[in-house]
Amino acid sequence: MADREQFSDLAMEYMSALYSAALRMTRNPADAEDLVQETYLKAYRAFGSFEAGTNLKAWLYRILTNTYINSYRAKKRRPEIADVEDVEDLYLYHHLAGDPSAGLGRSAEDEALDRFTDTDVKAAIESLPDSFRMAVLLADVEGFSYKEIAEITDVPIGTVMSRIHRGRKALQKALVDVGRARGLVGASDEAR
Amino acid sequence: MGHEGEEVSDQRTGLGATEPLAGFVGCDETIERLYTYLDGELTEQRRIEIARHLDLCGPCVGAYGFEAELRKLVANRCQDRVPDALRDRVARALREESASGAE
Repeated sequence: MADREQFSDLAMEYMSALYSAALRMTRNPADAEDLVQETYLKAYRAFGSFEAGTNLKAWLYRILTNTYINSYRAKKRRPEIADVEDVEDLYLYHHLAGDPSAGLGRSAEDEALDRFTDTDVKAAIESLPDSFRMAVLLADVEGFSYKEIAEITDVPIGTVMSRIHRGRKALQKALVDVGRARGLVGASDEAR
Repeated sequence: MGHEGEEVSDQRTGLGATEPLAGFVGCDETIERLYTYLDGELTEQRRIEIARHLDLCGPCVGAYGFEAELRKLVANRCQDRVPDALRDRVARALREESASGAE
């Protein structure tokens, strides 16, 4: 089949993005490697049904996401609850502000951001419940549109928007927690 | 931020404190739509409204800049190098699959 021969040329360039996403989802390099291999095998077998000219990256992510949900998620069940009710807008921004009344020194917050390492950010993302984690990964790491995420995860666009919104809040809370543990964020607002 | 103390009314100290002028969106609405704006998912009309507010409002521009930086940070800090062994494994698996499926 001609289109199958094309598969490697077209699909291999996405491996590093898929592998990073697989690591965040499974939180484990061995599982992430298996998940990526399985994704490529399934994609290869199904490549005849892929419509040339449509979004191959999104199609691969759809297979990755479904494979993860069906084969890996059950292994490490985590509660799907992320309590973000108390997380206000700009949560991290406010927590990185040295002194809220000195609102004009805004590059200080941007500089504080730079002190978060790869390990910090990965840990924060990996602490999120599954559906929020995927929404944040697809939106903020991969830059997919709401419509693409709806197609990848097979949920209505309204649900996607709500998951991204709540996921980002949960991520900001997780970053504040990680930052606190590393001394990048003050112990508490009340202490000021 | 804390809920104690008086209402913030100085526009330098708190976001969401400026009064929207007629025909302009205020800080509250701007902050509420900030992420959708960053995502490029607002309608053209709303996008223009938010952009216009950001042109005029220092505190909201600060928040916007921060959230844009955060977005970049999240993307940049989450890149992992694919192990060579995995590339080899996938290539081999595809070759085997191809050989077994060949007519």
